[in-house]
Amino acid sequence: MIGGTASVGPRADPTSGDTVTTSPDPAFAGRTYPAGPVHTVSAAKIVEFARATGAPSPLHTDPEAARAAGHADVVAPPTLLVSLAQATEALYVEDRAAGIDFARVVHGEESFSLHLPVVAGDRLVPTLSFESVRAAGGHAMVTTRVDLADEDGAEVAAVRSMLVVRGD
Amino acid sequence: MTTSPTPDARPLDLAALSVGDELSRAVHTLDRDALVRYAGASGDFNPIHYNDAVAEQAGLPGVIAHGMLTMGTAITGLLEAVGDPTLVTAYSTRFTGMVPVPATGEVALEVVATVGAIDESAGTARVDLAAVVDGEKVLGRARATLALPRRTQDAEADAAGAA
Repeated sequence: MIGGTASVGPRADPTSGDTVTTSPDPAFAGRTYPAGPVHTVSAAKIVEFARATGAPSPLHTDPEAARAAGHADVVAPPTLLVSLAQATEALYVEDRAAGIDFARVVHGEESFSLHLPVVAGDRLVPTLSFESVRAAGGHAMVTTRVDLADEDGAEVAAVRSMLVVRGD
Repeated sequence: MTTSPTPDARPLDLAALSVGDELSRAVHTLDRDALVRYAGASGDFNPIHYNDAVAEQAGLPGVIAHGMLTMGTAITGLLEAVGDPTLVTAYSTRFTGMVPVPATGEVALEVVATVGAIDESAGTARVDLAAVVDGEKVLGRARATLALPRRTQDAEADAAGAA
């Protein structure tokens, strides 16, 4: 889940004192944010993440094995990009106009489209978009997409996340 | 920690898959240590994944595993079966059941990966993952796309044509 304290109930905006609403703004659907800063994929994080999830391939932890397989360095397991995607999604959290109370958020779905292997040292440019904001059964479902491109603009991966914002 | 049944001596032939083939079957154990390790590796420090009091205040039965830890772990049996992790070109799931993880002891995440569909023209296979904890399905519509090598006879025909 996106980081942040799990406080219960409406919160006061620390700057203005206004109460943060609990209804995501449907007008956000279709919105794309400006591209985020370049992120360099970390070999150390690949190794930690592979160990934390039990991904068994030596391509994740042994640079020599990765190079023998034709990669520049160790290769990311398939879900590693969630960290970069969620850091980029956090831009939404900080955009108070969007109206999400993270105490009410449940992770509904996640998907990864991996066009190219992700390798330590890769420099990726993340771009966040809102694919949809819809309501069902008193809850709101917010789907975001983070596109990851290399510095030449070639698509490397896309990470989609659907969050359920529980209604009152 | 993962345990898999002793694999068949025959390695997985990705060029000869059929719908219904079971590619992997594994049991992954999740304990509090695993949640802490995943929090560090992923940067997701939401306290519902390590602090029972906070989890309970948020309406949960206690600390639960990160959905993304379950998702990331669930594909590792398939990764072991295929060898090259870069053959996975897509992976998606719904989170249908939370995974409470007690302060002591562990829970078992049982995952079976089965070929659900083969797209010959795209050269891909869809692999469906069934992931269960204590008899409850924790991932819904969990599926991965594998890029398949050309079938051996196609590759040989190409080589013969080029000769």
